[in-house]
Amino acid sequence: MKDSDVRQGTLALMVLKTLDVLGPLHGYGIARRIEQISGDLLTVNQGTLYPVLLRLVQEGSIASEWGASDNNRKARFYRLTRQGRKQLQAETRTWEQTTAIIGRFFAAKEEDLR
Amino acid sequence: MKAVRRLLQRLISWTRASRDEEILRAEIDEHIAMQTAENLRAGLPPLEARRQALLKFGSVEAMKESYREQRSLPLMETLAADLRHVVRRLRKTPGFTAAVLLTMALGIGANTAIFGVIDSILIRPLPYPRAEELVGVSHTAPGLPGLGAAGLTCSASMYFTYRDANQTFEHFGVWNIGGASLTGVAEPEMPRALNVTYGVLDAIGVKPLLGRWFSQADDTPGSAETVMLSYGYWRRRFAGDTSIVGRTLTINSTPHTVIGVMPEAFRFQRDPELILPQRFDRHETFLGGFGFQGIARLKPGVTMAQANADVSRMLGIWLNAWAPNPGIDPAIFQNARLGPRLQPLKQDIVGDVGTALWVVMGTLGLVLLIACANVANLMLVRAESRQQELAIRAALGAGWGRIAREMLVESITLGLLGGALGLGLAGAGLRFLAANGPDTLPRLDEIGVDPVVLAFAVGVSLLSGALFGVIPSLKYARPHVAAALRGMGRTYGQSRERHRARNTLVVVQVALALVLLVGSGLMIRTFQQLRSVQPGFTHAEEVLILHSLAPNAMANEPERVMRMHHEIMDKLAALPGVRSVGFGSAAPMESFLTGFGNPVDAEDKRIAEGQVAPARRIRRIAPGYFSSVGTRVVAGRDMTWTDLYERRRVAIVSENLAREWWGDPRAALGKRIREGGAADPWREIVGVVENVYDDGVQVKPPESVYWPALMDRYIWTGDKEFAVTSGMFAIRSNRAGTEGLLAEARQVIWSVNGRQPVFLVTTLKALYDQSMARTSFTLVILAIAGGMALALGIIGIYGVIAYSVSQRTREIGIRTALGAQPAGVLGMFVRHGLSLAGVGAALGLVAAVGLTRLMSSLLFGVTALDPVTYVTVSAVLIAAAVLASLLPARRAMTIDPVQALRAE
Repeated sequence: MKDSDVRQGTLALMVLKTLDVLGPLHGYGIARRIEQISGDLLTVNQGTLYPVLLRLVQEGSIASEWGASDNNRKARFYRLTRQGRKQLQAETRTWEQTTAIIGRFFAAKEEDLR
Repeated sequence: MKAVRRLLQRLISWTRASRDEEILRAEIDEHIAMQTAENLRAGLPPLEARRQALLKFGSVEAMKESYREQRSLPLMETLAADLRHVVRRLRKTPGFTAAVLLTMALGIGANTAIFGVIDSILIRPLPYPRAEELVGVSHTAPGLPGLGAAGLTCSASMYFTYRDANQTFEHFGVWNIGGASLTGVAEPEMPRALNVTYGVLDAIGVKPLLGRWFSQADDTPGSAETVMLSYGYWRRRFAGDTSIVGRTLTINSTPHTVIGVMPEAFRFQRDPELILPQRFDRHETFLGGFGFQGIARLKPGVTMAQANADVSRMLGIWLNAWAPNPGIDPAIFQNARLGPRLQPLKQDIVGDVGTALWVVMGTLGLVLLIACANVANLMLVRAESRQQELAIRAALGAGWGRIAREMLVESITLGLLGGALGLGLAGAGLRFLAANGPDTLPRLDEIGVDPVVLAFAVGVSLLSGALFGVIPSLKYARPHVAAALRGMGRTYGQSRERHRARNTLVVVQVALALVLLVGSGLMIRTFQQLRSVQPGFTHAEEVLILHSLAPNAMANEPERVMRMHHEIMDKLAALPGVRSVGFGSAAPMESFLTGFGNPVDAEDKRIAEGQVAPARRIRRIAPGYFSSVGTRVVAGRDMTWTDLYERRRVAIVSENLAREWWGDPRAALGKRIREGGAADPWREIVGVVENVYDDGVQVKPPESVYWPALMDRYIWTGDKEFAVTSGMFAIRSNRAGTEGLLAEARQVIWSVNGRQPVFLVTTLKALYDQSMARTSFTLVILAIAGGMALALGIIGIYGVIAYSVSQRTREIGIRTALGAQPAGVLGMFVRHGLSLAGVGAALGLVAAVGLTRLMSSLLFGVTALDPVTYVTVSAVLIAAAVLASLLPARRAMTIDPVQALRAE
């Protein structure tokens, strides 16, 4: 798996979680939210978000429609679809399992591995 | 599932790319606007707010690129973009495009056409169900001298034995092709008839369109006479009337009931029009009489070896079960040592035409290679002129693969376009060939463009496109950026390395062209040798040949038959413009009517007990035959009408037979010979005539015997009189070949014989040409291929020299300014051209020595290493190369140093 694939995968999961928590949101809003939560740990260019959004739309996990933003401008809003919600649940589980395994793995002492 | 959905989405968005692009742009603008507003709220000045927003967003173009890549199908999109570029560039250089397309169209078209021929003749299975189970049944007979390559066919008695005793055949039958007269109609005619025993149609397994097949009852002598029609004949002659089944036709003067019509798809050798049941009477069947082809369908799972063993076993049964023909020594059959010779039916039909076809295919493949080399050369020049552009693109970050891909897209586009044009050419060519091809090509009517041929054309197009595209893209797709950018100025000189690829291509071209030219040269020599053979007749174009029958009612009165033929001859001779008329059982080169012959022995050349005398070609003739066809009487005299009407036992033999037995034509006069052994009376040789090349001029003329057309008794009629009933009139006239003479001759014949069909109408010239058809066919194709190869080779040399002159203009200017003589400049370029041609020719000579050996079976009178051909061809090629380099070199000579130096 290439590095960008990993990052894209994580980013996608973050997008889904954001939409799950905050409801329909435009691209800028999603970017801001991820920045806030990750505490600038993820210093990605905001632009890289859009290919991820496209991918999720294509997969049917999220849908988009045009609406008015806070300051009454036209903006494209993304929302989670039912399939996206299912995907989020599944991936959250997988993610938790993975992190648990990895965590245990790193926590293990040398003799445990023998 | 998700992947499928995504692919679908991508496909959809591919079709609305420009709209999506706008949406994306709006979305990005909006994002940046929001970030800017945020920054403004944070207190940044407006310009800085926007700058920070843009920085935070990152590279818009890079993001767009990756967005696009995800949005739809990037490969297809760049492909489409490349294609658009390519088309634009090709349209900007119509001369180059036309040259490449024409070259490729010719190369691919020729190859596709000949592959179409090979596919339909050699590759495609026969149009019968489970055709691989069908075998042709014939025999080897090492004890029979003079047997042709086709082997010994089947006799009626073999039919009975094989049908009754075989263990490996599902069906077995025998057949032969002949004519059958159709009379009692306005235009009596002689349709081609296929005579089949019960079992032949069952073996083939093609169901009739209307009516039914023959049953075993149709085979039995004494039952009602029946006939089947081919689809084509039914449509042509009876307008496709479905009520034809059950109607009665007069065939061979006997009423026959039509029982069925075969479907359109039914094919058989020599394209029969009628199918008649072949009837044998068990009580009048003997060992001999091998006039039938055997066909069998093997039982499922039976191998060829098992079937051969089965036939071998049955031959033993057969030899004991049947009596020899009356008057023939039974030992002859013992000593013939018959053996089985089964082969797949396809091989039976196709015969040895394969060699010629593969030679032609190989030839045209070489032409295509040369064409590819030529186009590759053009592409190299083109890529070279784009070098700066390519370098800039590389400097801006275009990957090697991206540039190579575009170059390949260009070449493959050219290949496919050329291939499409070529396919059109091939289709037209095949239609022409199917209509006008040499009769010696079997299965000619099956030729056409089918999916296999189409796939071949596409494959060859792709391959050639890739072939001539890969060389420039390997060479130029990874440019040495710095060198290329710097080099465009005047400091850039000529490096040897830049020329190497093009020089190599030209050398390859010349070498291949030489191979092809040697091939066509050898065929030309063969053709010359064949033309110089004196075929045993003269001015063949003046001789009209037509065949006719005596009415069945006369069959038992040989003298009446002969007098009728005589009357027709006299009346024909009285037609305006007719110089002489001959009559005989078959014309020269109509060996398909005479068969390979019958054993003849001489009174003073006794052969050992139980041995067979060698077979000799037999013709039965009336006086005037030799003078009409133009065969010289070498010794003695022609026959006379008195010989015939008084039933004198006389004979005429060919010169080679006289020499074989008595050493000299004169010595043969007065000697006595007979046909088929002791049952035939001795007949005295009264004349010796020159040899006739009956099997075609490339085959040794057969030793021939001519009997009178009317005889008191004959081996085949026992003690009864014999006259030729189905015979040929040879009319020598300067009006031969005109409709007028033919119509008059037909009227004359009908006025005497009561409207019997006139058939096998031709001229002696046509028979002669037919015998050379395969040679002339191969010759024409090879000559065209050789011509094309030479032209392409010359263009190749011309191109390289011309380009080199244009590149070295400055250098030449300097040389001239420093005092170089024009002749020296000229010599420099001509030497370059010559050295290319010389190396190519040397390589070509080596290749030709190896490759032309493959075509030695097509040659006549020359060896594959004929020095005259090799020397001539090399000389022609070198001369052409000098010429091709002289033209551009002359331009170099006229370069004005002042202008050349100022130009840069």
